[in-house]
Amino acid sequence: MGEVTLTIDNKEVKAEEGMTVLEAARSAGIKIPTLCHHEKLEPYTACRICMVEVESRGRSELDTSCSRPVKDNMVVRTQSEELTEIRRTLLELMLSHAPDARELQELVEEYGANRNRFAKEPSFCIHCGLCVRYCAEVKKKNAVVFVKSGVRREISFNKEIASRECWKCRECFELCPTEALQTAYLLTEALTSDSSSFELEPDA
Amino acid sequence: MDNDKIGQIIDKYQGEASSLIQILLDIQHENHWLPRSALEVVSKKLNLPLSKVQQTATFYKAFSVVPIGRHEIHVCKGTACHVNGAQDLLEEVEEVTGIKPGETDPDAKFSLKTVNCLGRCGLGPVIEIDGKTHARMSPAEISDALKKYE
Repeated sequence: MGEVTLTIDNKEVKAEEGMTVLEAARSAGIKIPTLCHHEKLEPYTACRICMVEVESRGRSELDTSCSRPVKDNMVVRTQSEELTEIRRTLLELMLSHAPDARELQELVEEYGANRNRFAKEPSFCIHCGLCVRYCAEVKKKNAVVFVKSGVRREISFNKEIASRECWKCRECFELCPTEALQTAYLLTEALTSDSSSFELEPDA
Repeated sequence: MDNDKIGQIIDKYQGEASSLIQILLDIQHENHWLPRSALEVVSKKLNLPLSKVQQTATFYKAFSVVPIGRHEIHVCKGTACHVNGAQDLLEEVEEVTGIKPGETDPDAKFSLKTVNCLGRCGLGPVIEIDGKTHARMSPAEISDALKKYE
């Protein structure tokens, strides 16, 4: 694979062909915020917080850096007034769902997001899909999936698969930027606890 | 719905997992809704995780994972129907069937839904029962019409 040179925030960055802008930026120590990104998973572009400005043919366009492949002579900006505005609004929307989400707090400070801009509709999930994708792509179990659609979309553990697979894994818990995943899991546990297939928690 | 019938539908699509939506649509058409037992059969026969089948079945509005009655009533709430008295009509239907939009009665006889426009705005207020259009309905007329359904 060939090597390409691009400019990120006025800094010359060398990257391998096939890398994404996000990977190139991180390799050069340039920080781009992400919420739904995970090294082991395919780009998902759900949270859109990694949005950057890409200059091409004299125009600047917005794109998610986690999915945008690098190109030779590419010019990227990771900070601008417009990007701050976009990220702030995204954060404010996510805060209406998950006001206390751990990973949002730092970004809220950084981008000056207003916690009360949108009415609270706490579902405690920001639909990053990390748990769903990790379970499908890495573990290949599909124990947790998205169900329903649009504003009603939510994560749901499949009882049968979860009771077989989840106790010994639970690797998705630490990926969750909010507490929603654990809550959903505990709910499933409660629903299945009377079935004999469910063992008692080892350290309980 | 028995498993043989589901098996026939799946065979029609050569058991291809890529035909999942089509298979679910056919089952929904036969049975009016998708019981969990049917989803389990589909999952097994197509060799797809049940969670994935559930994901698809809950995603589309065309599918229902809760019981739907033998007769589906769609009351149009489009602008033209609305100004011609759709609300009175809806209230009459609720009164006769004893259910609200989105519900099914305990005998699984009727399911009631409101829809945004059926595209027959000149015939308002319009009610569709099992796909059959009832045009320019008055509350009294719809009350009589509903009594004919078993």
